[in-house]
Parts: sequence; structure tokens; C-alpha cells
Amino acid sequence: MALNHTFDLNHPLLEAGLESPVNEDTVHDSFSQLIAEQSDNEGLSDAFELQQLQRDLDEEGQDNVVRLSRRRHDDRDRRKHQRNEEWEDDERQTDTLMGEQWSSDTLKVLSSMPSRTIGRSRGAIISQYYNRTMQLRRRRQSRPSIRDFSRSARPSIRGYGIEADITDAEGVEVSKRDRLVNNLQNLSVSDRVRMLRAMPLSVAEKSELRRLALQKERHSHSGRRIPCCSQLKYYIIIALRHSWYSWLSFLHSLQLWQVALKRVSGRFGTAVLSYFLFLKTLLFFNLLLFLVTGVFLVLPQAVHPPLLLDGRRRFSGLELLTGAGYFSDTVMYYGYYCNYTLHRSCRDNGGEPNMSVSNGTRLDCVLGHLSYKMPLAYFFTIGVAFFITCIILVYSMSKSFGQSFTIDKSHSILAMKVFCSWDFKVIKKTSVKLMSENIFIQLKELLAEVSYKSVQNTTCQKLGRLMVHGLAWAICIANTAACVFGVCRFSEYMHQNLQQSSRADLAAKNPLLNEASLLAVPVLVSLINLLLPGLFNLAAWMEDYDSPSVPTYVSISRNLMLKVSVLAVLCYHWLGRVAADPESIGLTCWETFVGQELYRFLLMDFIFILLDTLFGEFLWRLFSEKVLKRRRKPVFDIARNVLELIYGQTLAWLGVLFTPLLPAVQILKLFLLFYIKKSSVMMNCQAPRKPYRVSQMTTIFITLLCFPSFLGASVCVTYTMWSITPSTSCGPFRELKTMFQAGKRWVEELQKDNPNLSALAMAHAYLVENPLFLFVGAGIFLIVIYFHSQVVDGQRKIINLLQEHIENEGEDKKFLITRLQFIHEQNRTHTRRVKSQDSSC
Amino acid sequence: MGTTASKLGKDLLSEYQSNPFRERICHVFSTSEDKDGSLTFEDFLDLLSAFSDSATLEIKSHYAFRIFDFDDDGTLDRGDLEKLVNCLTGETDDTRLTPEEMRQLISNILEESDIDKDGTVNLSEFQHVISRSPDFVSSFKIVL
Repeated sequence: MALNHTFDLNHPLLEAGLESPVNEDTVHDSFSQLIAEQSDNEGLSDAFELQQLQRDLDEEGQDNVVRLSRRRHDDRDRRKHQRNEEWEDDERQTDTLMGEQWSSDTLKVLSSMPSRTIGRSRGAIISQYYNRTMQLRRRRQSRPSIRDFSRSARPSIRGYGIEADITDAEGVEVSKRDRLVNNLQNLSVSDRVRMLRAMPLSVAEKSELRRLALQKERHSHSGRRIPCCSQLKYYIIIALRHSWYSWLSFLHSLQLWQVALKRVSGRFGTAVLSYFLFLKTLLFFNLLLFLVTGVFLVLPQAVHPPLLLDGRRRFSGLELLTGAGYFSDTVMYYGYYCNYTLHRSCRDNGGEPNMSVSNGTRLDCVLGHLSYKMPLAYFFTIGVAFFITCIILVYSMSKSFGQSFTIDKSHSILAMKVFCSWDFKVIKKTSVKLMSENIFIQLKELLAEVSYKSVQNTTCQKLGRLMVHGLAWAICIANTAACVFGVCRFSEYMHQNLQQSSRADLAAKNPLLNEASLLAVPVLVSLINLLLPGLFNLAAWMEDYDSPSVPTYVSISRNLMLKVSVLAVLCYHWLGRVAADPESIGLTCWETFVGQELYRFLLMDFIFILLDTLFGEFLWRLFSEKVLKRRRKPVFDIARNVLELIYGQTLAWLGVLFTPLLPAVQILKLFLLFYIKKSSVMMNCQAPRKPYRVSQMTTIFITLLCFPSFLGASVCVTYTMWSITPSTSCGPFRELKTMFQAGKRWVEELQKDNPNLSALAMAHAYLVENPLFLFVGAGIFLIVIYFHSQVVDGQRKIINLLQEHIENEGEDKKFLITRLQFIHEQNRTHTRRVKSQDSSC
Repeated sequence: MGTTASKLGKDLLSEYQSNPFRERICHVFSTSEDKDGSLTFEDFLDLLSAFSDSATLEIKSHYAFRIFDFDDDGTLDRGDLEKLVNCLTGETDDTRLTPEEMRQLISNILEESDIDKDGTVNLSEFQHVISRSPDFVSSFKIVL
């Protein structure tokens, strides 16, 4: 109501009141005085004015495009009626504006109010966007130019694009559009593109606006004489931008699995789709990791193979499962990598690879100087790969969080459910019917919840529920602890087994059996990961929760607890037991062994997911249809499947240091998993019945991927690099005290060779080696988060204030409309009385 | 697709035969004078553009509002909301809300979203509700 008004400045009292907007009371006071004065004059002119209005409105017809001048007409008339009313006459106040007793004129006036025409008239959209471009221009400039302001009265609305009253009905819309085009020209290109993209007009109109904006720009440009070089620069920039857009559209057309994803979303909707999108995201992370390690580690080492001291073992089929045997001495594992500098072969040596031991000596070749320090490369590649992954993860996490975070705590559950719950992606008829049923059930539940919220549980009931919760948690925690303890003991037992067999040299007798026994621990862990979530579901079944989203969070946290504790125990086993004393189990190269273990775990995880899909989904569906005679297929448990993906990814991240080719294995695994899961879901499952908040869940999963998963993996890797002694006879870090020494040594060498680079050495010493840097960084991070949370609090308060303000304006509107109706009724009876008097005379 | 003069009747959009909003979508995006809901190529482009990944929340909420406004009067009043809920819950009798529940539901919706208390939900109020639901953008999407 504050915008798009013109005030009649003729009346002196009104003018006086409006010129001092600071004191809003004076405005109202003068208003009431005005009304009190004018209430004596009750002219017939008002009736005639109303008839004129009606005639104008009738001529309009059912046109969608509302003339702006007519709106001003209405406002002016309405205000004239206000002045003629009595202030004390309050009898006809109604609560809502839905009375059926409104006259057609009132209804027409109502329907042409600004708040109702924004949604459907092009002119309103153009004027709205004119205001917005004006605001944007003002924000971009430091001080807006005076000529942009109109001669409007109230300073508080000055500069919101209010023009003086234009009576030319035809020219209004065209000039509005011209002004919009003018504004668009004066914006920068990116702003203009963004504004155009955000306008809810049809494509034809938008392209027309764009053409006009560019055309005028070209005209104004050709007026001046531009020097040659800046014109060239201009053309280059345009060409670059065109090529960037075409590159983006090319990338978009290369979408992986587009058809498959569309089929899944057409059948199941956005919730199940989010699982597959998460899988795709993980695939890209692994692809990036594989590219980095492949180009910088695997490729150079594969091209310059080291001399092997023992002969290479024969290939038996078991390698694919255990990762040992033939694969031990390949580029797959840490042990294969050499610790010296690789050189391009020199011409005078006849093509043999030239090798030299490290300690800084470098042989110069006649051909040129291409040396590649393997230890340094290994250290920095792993570091940089983790750093890039960290940045991408944090960025996607914050973006997802920003999208799903809502400032207002939801008061409007029902409205949101009705307006936002229809998933337009679903195409299949049966799925649409299913979605309608789900929405129906959810609406019924929400209604019941909203209306019977006042039911209070007795203390006895509350206590009972608390006890049941406690019991369920106790069961889950006890089972988790028991399983973790079991894994710990079993791995210790296997460790001792290995020690014994290495001492007694039983390995020579039955190598295959020994290698197969290495699979025992992975099988146990995967079995636990498979069975225990089922137990958690059973425990959750007996619990009773108030809101539908809490059970999901509880089940996610229980599963997470299980997986984190299992991984922690395994890390302790590898880094604490195996790495500390590798000789006792007959290992010369403990890193390769740990790498192989991780490969085995990853593979077993994949095999058990396959088994779970087969038994859990396929056979269970057959069972429930044939034996239990249920109508519905089993529900696809999204949270559990995503947690399994996160677990697999954690293993991959843990293993990159020891097995540079592990990301490739993970890529293969994810690729196969996509197709298997997709076909299983299409055949065996249905969409989740309970309401599933997609953005919130996606944010939670990305956060889980970042915090326990990636953080844990990077802490382990950092600890390995920082404190654990590498094995002395294999790998790129042999003869060093810790892996970290590789970087340090290089910096020292640089400093020795070139004293000018001491600054770099100091930076390295203070930033990378000193943990204080991490603390300071974390402190700054926390301060930034605190500031942002304060800003959000302030915004929440402002939203509440504005809401109150809008309510008050609504009251004003109601009051005015009822007054209008009242006056109309009065005048109608008055004219009828006059007419009857006339006719009777 | 034919020339720009050719039109797509609304019964030919076979992908959306089962979408309960198909008629409203065709009506909103159609610019034909016969008001039969047929779409030219430009209209179809507008439809896809509004439902695409890169359309902003503003555009999507604007078109969603127009789709839900069954009587095209610029606001969502009780009649519009009732028709909307019936579309959502399906055509069959056993998935319809009782009149009592419907009345309660609509009163609750109006109470929650009608800020200026005029008995209808206008575009700004609708956008206010939509902006608080982060799932809207992902569900108001048609993938081609």
C-alpha cells in the first residue's frame, strides 16, 4: 500500500501533514480532522462519480492486462470517499473481506488492488522489475542522481520509482517498459543477465527487452569514438563469454546417467533420486582423486619401473579378492614406489633407465633436465589431493546448508505441505496415484496433530515413554559395544595367528589358505554392518515418537555410531598394532599390507551390499508378496543406503596414502553399484511413505561426508605422515624418520642451494609444521560463524516486525473496503429514494 | 515440432497425462486466443524454462501461484484452495477429505499464510510461504 500511490496535493492540510513524515501522528490527526470537516458535505456528486467508475470498469471487460491509470483512478476515488465518511461510524466492521454482500463495484475494486494484480498482469510485473532495477542501480552507485527522483511528496517513499501522475492511459505501459529498458542498460552485464533471468515473463518478451537494451547500448556506444584497442578488447571479451556459455551447455549435454535418473525420478520422485545423485557426487570425488594420483604418481612410476629384488609372484585368481599375491608388487601399492629421483633416459646410456640414490645428487643429462623426485611427489600429491577434496566438500556443504536453512521456524506446516509437496517429476500413473495417497495420509495426520495438540500426556505416560526410549538406546549401545569388542578381539586373534605362522614359517606350506584367512576380519565387519542396522530398526519399532522426522535422525545417529566405532577400532589395529611392530608378522612392508587390508574391506563391503540387495530387497519382496500377501512392495531405505556409501568412501580416503589406485577401484565399485541398485529399486521397492525432506537430508549427508568421514580419514592420514616410521625397505619414504621429512628435507635443500628462498623455508616451518596455525584458523572460522548467527537472529526479529506491519496494513485495507461498501450502500438507497421521490412527483 | 505456427494440443502432452495439474499448466502457459489450452512452440519453451533447473525461485513461485489459481482472479481464495487440495489427494473417493476436514484444513492454511488477513492468499504471501520450504525448487521441476 505504500508503493504506487499518488497523493492529491491540493488540500493544504494534507500537504502540511505529509511534509513532516517523522511525526506520523500529525498525518493521522489531520486526516481525522479532514474527515470530521467534510462529513457535513454529502453531495450527490459522489453517486455520480461511482456510476462513472462503474461505467469505466464495465468498458474494461475481462482483460488480463490492467491499465495502471485505472488503478490510480480507483485510488483517487477511494480516497475521496474516505473524506466524506463519518469517523465514528464503526458498525459495519467485519472480520474478513469475504462477505457475499459486496456489490459488484466493490468486488471490481478489490480485484484491481495492487496486491492482487501482481500475480497476473504484465504491466505490474514490468513496474515491479522497474523498481527492482532502480534499487539495484542505486546500490551499485554511491549516490543516485537527482533526475531519477520524481516529485513525489513523502520523502520516505521518494526514490522508489514513484512518478508524477500520468493521465495518458495508452502511453503508460510503453513508457514504463522504456524506463525498464533504460535501467537495464545502465546495469552491468552480469546484473542485467541476472535481472532478465529472474523476470517471470515469457521468453519472447524477455528477448525483446534484451534486444532493446543491447540496441540502445550499441547506439550510445557508436556515438563516441572508441579507440582501436579497447574495441578489440570488447570483442575478445564477448567472444570469450560466448565460448564459455557454449562450453557450459556442452558439459550439460554430457550428463552422466541422465536417462536412468529421469526414469528413477519419474517413478519414485525426488527422495529416492537424492540417493542416486549422492552416488554420482561420490563418483566425481573419486574421479578427481584418481586423476590427481594417477597423473602425478602412477604414471611416472609405471613408466619407470624399479628393479625388483624378488621375482614377481604368479597370478592366481585369489588376488582379485585379497589384493595380495601378484598385485603386491605392482603400481597399486605403496611398496612399489621408489624413493629416488626418476630421470629421463640419457642418450649416451643407450636407453637404459638411469637411477641414482637420493641425498640430493642429481645427474644432468645432455638432452635436458627432466627429473622427478618421487618421495616429494608422493608427499605433495597426497597432501594436495586431500586439500582440494576438503575445499570442494566444505564449499558444497555450505551451499547445501544455505539452500536448506530456513530463518523462520516453521509455523506454517500445513500451508507448506499443501503448496510444496507435489513432486512434478513423477510421471508414471501408478506412482502419481501413490503420491496422492501419501499426501492424503500425511495431510490427515498433520490435521490430527494440529487439532489435538493440546492433549497432554500424563506424567506416568511420559515416564513410560522415556523408559522405552532408554531401553531401546541401551540395547543399541550394548550391541554396538559388543560387536566392536568382538571385532577388536578377533583382529587380535588373527594378528597372533599371523605372528605364529610367520615364526613357524607355515606360509610355505599353504600360502593360499593363509591368504584366504586374511579375508576373515573384513567378512566379519561387513556382516556386522549388514545385520546390526536391522536390529536397530527392530528397536526403533517399539519406540513412539511425536514428530515423523525424529526416528530418521535417531536411526542415522545409531548407524553412524556403529560405523565410526568399527572404523576407529580398525584404525587402531592397523596403525597401532601392525605399523608399530611389522617384523612380528613377517612383513617387510607394512604399508602395503595396510593397503591390501583396505582393498579387502572395500571389496567385501561391495560383495555384501550385493548380497543385501539380493536378499534384503529382491527375496524380501517376493516373500512379502507371496507369503505375507501384502499389497505394497518394501520401502527403499534411503538413509541406510547413503550411510553405506559414506562408509565405503571413508575406506577409500583412508587407503589413498597406501594404495594410490584405490580410487579407481572405488570408481568401478560405484559404477556397478549404480546399475545394480537402480534395477533393484525399479523391480522391488517403492517410494518412502513417510514425508522425506530432501534438502535437509541431503545437507545432513553431505555434512556427514565432510565431518566424521573425511575429517577422520584426514586425521588418520596426517597422523601416519607425522608420527609413524615408514618401513625401511620399501616405499618412497624409506630411510626417513617420518614421511613428513620428505617435504622438510626438500625445503632445507632449497634453502641451501638458494639462500634467497629462506622466506619460503620459514613460511613452511611456521605454517605447515606448527599446529598453532590450525588453531588460529579454527578460531577465525568460529568467529565468522558466530557473526553470521547473530545476523540471522537479527533478521528473524525484522521478519516478525514486518509481519506485524503487514497485518496492520491489512486492517487498514479491510477498514477502507468496508467503508467503501457502506458509502455505496448509503448512496444507492439515497439515489433510490431520490428516484422514487422524483417518480412519485 | 513443426513450424512456429503449429500448436500442441493439451492431450498430446503424453508425459503428463497423469499429472492432476496438466490442464492448469496448459492453460497458464497457453497464449492462444481460443483459450483451448493449446501450446505453440514458444509457449512450450516458456513451460520448460519455468520448470527447468536454472529458473529462479521467484519465477517458479510466480508460475506455481498462477497454476494453483484456478479461477484466475489473482489470489487463492477458499475455492481455489479446496480445488487444489482435491487435486493433490486424488480423484478417487476414498482419498478425499471429509468436508469438515477440508474446512479445517483451509482455515488452518489461511491462518498460517494470510498475513494481511483479507481471507485470500496473494502472490507475496504465497512467495513468503514458499521461501520457507527448501524442497519447493527441487520438486517444481520437470526433467526432459
